[in-house]
Parts: sequence; structure tokens; C-alpha cells
Amino acid sequence: MNIFATVGRVFLAFLALTGRVAVFTADAVSHTVRPPIFWMTILKQMLRIGYFSLPVVGLTAFFTGAVLCLQIYIGGNRYGAEAFVPQIVVLGITRELGPVIAGLMVAGRVAAAIAAEIGTMRVTEQIDALTTLSTNPVKYLVTPRLIAAVISMPILVAVADSIGVFGGYIVATNTLNFNGSVYLRNTANFITQDDVVSGLVKSAVFGFIIALMGCYNGFNSKGGAQGVGAATTNAVVSASILILGANYILTSVFFAK
Amino acid sequence: MSEEAKTKLPKIALKGVKKRFGPKVVLDGIDLSVGRGESLVIIGGSGSGKSVTIKCVLGIVRPDSGSITVDGEEVSGLRGSKRDAYLRKFGMLFQGGALFDSLPVWENVAFGLIQGRGVARKQARDIAIEKLAKVGLGSEVANLSPAELSGGMQKRVGLARAIAADPEIIFFDEPTTGLDPIMADIINDLIASTVHNLGVTAISITHDMASARKISKRIAMLYHGKIIWDGATKDIDNSGNPYVEQFIHGRAQGPIKMEVRR
Repeated sequence: MNIFATVGRVFLAFLALTGRVAVFTADAVSHTVRPPIFWMTILKQMLRIGYFSLPVVGLTAFFTGAVLCLQIYIGGNRYGAEAFVPQIVVLGITRELGPVIAGLMVAGRVAAAIAAEIGTMRVTEQIDALTTLSTNPVKYLVTPRLIAAVISMPILVAVADSIGVFGGYIVATNTLNFNGSVYLRNTANFITQDDVVSGLVKSAVFGFIIALMGCYNGFNSKGGAQGVGAATTNAVVSASILILGANYILTSVFFAK
Repeated sequence: MSEEAKTKLPKIALKGVKKRFGPKVVLDGIDLSVGRGESLVIIGGSGSGKSVTIKCVLGIVRPDSGSITVDGEEVSGLRGSKRDAYLRKFGMLFQGGALFDSLPVWENVAFGLIQGRGVARKQARDIAIEKLAKVGLGSEVANLSPAELSGGMQKRVGLARAIAADPEIIFFDEPTTGLDPIMADIINDLIASTVHNLGVTAISITHDMASARKISKRIAMLYHGKIIWDGATKDIDNSGNPYVEQFIHGRAQGPIKMEVRR
């Protein structure tokens, strides 16, 4: 087998896929400014994406904050820097771990659910049915989910940030003998607006990626149950990878010196 | 164009419509015209391109070449609001019903009215219940979810949805597939009376010959992406076409080789 042909074919397939995703994205985004806008659907989706993800994201954030606190204490202890625990915990949570962990958890929960739902609608011809009822399926299905995810992810991450810091506080005061009020004062004095805002901007981007990958893979699923299963897997995997990639790019843009 | 000139035109006309998916030629130059108020059935084996033909007319599938006109106007390449206006002429009954399972029955029926035409919800609900009555379903099913209904009832709801917005053209995709013979006959009667009473133009896809005879005045047979026979329903038994003969009698032996892939 010719290795150049294989590499070329994979590369061309990748370019074609990128093009299709770009066209899909442009179509979906263009509907955000073209009425009618389905407000009720957006609210319903915000509830599904944001509110119902709260338990799992909150729990994850709590344990992440707790373990972060423990590790930083152990590491800092080696050269007597354990007093910096609150500052580093809040920095790590707001800048990186809050948005990324929430993004990955929501990718697993929501991107999969969106892909399965829209994929099933595709294979049972419900998407064609929308067209015959003079409703644009992208406008009705995709755009509301994108809007809902972009709005609800930052709210979700703001809550997750607080819970993460709280998780660190619990460990620090209960097992590491930190003074509670000193811990909180150090946290509040150290944190800047940029730390929080950069994390929230990231989470909005992650929300967009999650909804987009769920919708795109669902929309293009074929076959039957197996096709929907594949779409669900692809949605979660592609959303997770794109989140991690986007996270690096956004971090290097925000904190470029 | 005057109304009089319009009525003389065929309602739907396809000329030389071709479509291929990759290497597989699905439609190989379809020529078909359907008159106003006519009920046409397209028969043909699985994978002969029946569904793709209908999807081309609806613009869900874009043909590679050829022309499709409805009321004398070319429809390929319609976009935006023109396409919405065009699609308002149609109602479609899907093979599996394709009901939206997240919505109750009445919202399914009223969907095209609420989303497509901006009818107020309360009024749309009244229309939905009236259309459900037309297909023999009482108002007690209006608030059920489609998953709670049997296959035959789902088909009826699909039919009510197809006629909800008083379309000019209705497509029926395998309306009797998967139903018991009695329910199939009930659906056939519903389709025949709907087409007759509403004066709509209808194209149905089926491979159920009993159904085809009951709901159509004219039958066209599709084989390998071409129309190989087109004539009045009453003449189908004397078609003199070996393909048609084999199909309507359901024989395994004959000129038709069944497609394995679609």
C-alpha cells in the first residue's frame, strides 16, 4: 500500500470534515439573529444543560477542590510554603479546573444526550418531518441548544468555582489546621477579576463546543441504533478533545506575556 | 400566470431527474407528471428509489440534474422564505409516523400550524382536535404522548398531522407497512376519503398492492431508478410488462433482480 496515498486520503477526509463542521456551525449561528427564536426551547434546554448538571458538576468540583488543597499542602510543605494553599487553590479552580472539569463532565452528560436525541430524530425521519412542516430543523433543534449551552455553562462554572473553593476550605480547616477566616481572607484578597472572568469565558466556549458536537454528530447519524450509538460516542470524544485543545489556546491567549 | 392557465399545468412534473449517492445511481432520469387532484401510487421494490423521488420533490434531497416543477414553477434551489412558502403546499405521512416524541399528540398535529404558520396555540389545538376527529380519534388522545399509542393510531396521528394545514399536495410513504390487514384497510379508506374530500393531489409510495389498488387512480412502477410502467390502476392487471406482472403477483422468479444494497 502506498503510504503517501493513505496519508493524503486521511488528510483530505479531515479537511472535508472540518469544512462540513464549519458550514454547519455557520448555519446554526446565523439563525441566532434571524427570527423566530424559540425562547421556550432555549429555557427548557438551559434547564437540562445547566440546572440538571449541577449535582454532578458540584460534586466533582467539591472533590477537585479538596484534593487540590491536599496536594498543594503536601507539595508546599516540602519547602515551607504551605501558607500559600488558599491562593493556589482559588487560582487553580477559577482559571483551569473549574471550567475544564465542568466542561468534561457536561460533555459526557449533555453532548451524549443531545447526540442521542437528535440522532434518534434523524433515523426515525423526525428531522425530515420538521422540514415538511416548514420548520428549519437547524433553527429549531441546533440554535436553541447552542444558545442555551453558551448561557448556562458560565453560570454552572461560577457555581462550580465556589463549590471547589469550598471543598478546599473544608479540607484545609478540618484536617490541615488552617484558620477558617484567615483562609477565606487570603482567598478573597488574592483573587482578581481576570482569574474568574477568564474561566467564565472559557466555559462559554466549552458550552458552545459541547452543544455543537452533540448536535453535529446527532444530525449526521445514519443507520439505526448502532449509528446513534456511534454518534453519541463521537460527540463525547470530539467535545472532550476540543475542550482540552481550546483550553490550551485560550489560556495562552489570556495570559500571554 | 392566470389561475386558468395554472389549472391546465400538471401539479407536479419531474423531467430527467437524476440522483446518485457515491457510485450508486438511485434515480436515472425520472419523468413523471401528476395532474391536479390526481392520486398516483408509485410501486417498486425496496431500494428502487421511491422515497428518494419524493424527497427530491420536497427538497430534502437535492437532485444532481433534471427539473422539478410544482404549479409550473421550478423548485430546485429554492431558499429561505421562498422555500418555506413552497413547503407549506405539502403534507407528508412518514413510514414510521415520525411523530415528535417530546410533544403530546395534539402538538404534533398542530406543529405545522404553530411553528410554520404562526397560528395561536389555543386555536391550533382546536384545529388539531378537529383533524384528529377526521381520522377517527377522539379528543382523549390529544394529551397522550405518541409513545403511548399503538402503531395504527400513530399512523392516524401522522395522517392528521399531514392534513392539519390543509395542504395542496400530500405524500404517503408506505402508509400500510407494519399494520395488521384490518388497520391497513382502515388507513386505506382514510387516505382514499381524505384525497377525495379535500381534492388534494396525492403521491403514495407502497409495495402493498391491495393498498395501491384502493387509494390510486394511476400507478407508476419504478425499477432501477427509471419509470418502467405508468398507467391507470384498472389496467395494471393487463400491463403486458413482465416486470409489473412479476411485482403485482409477488413472484420470486422473473426479470426483476432484487437489490441487496440501497
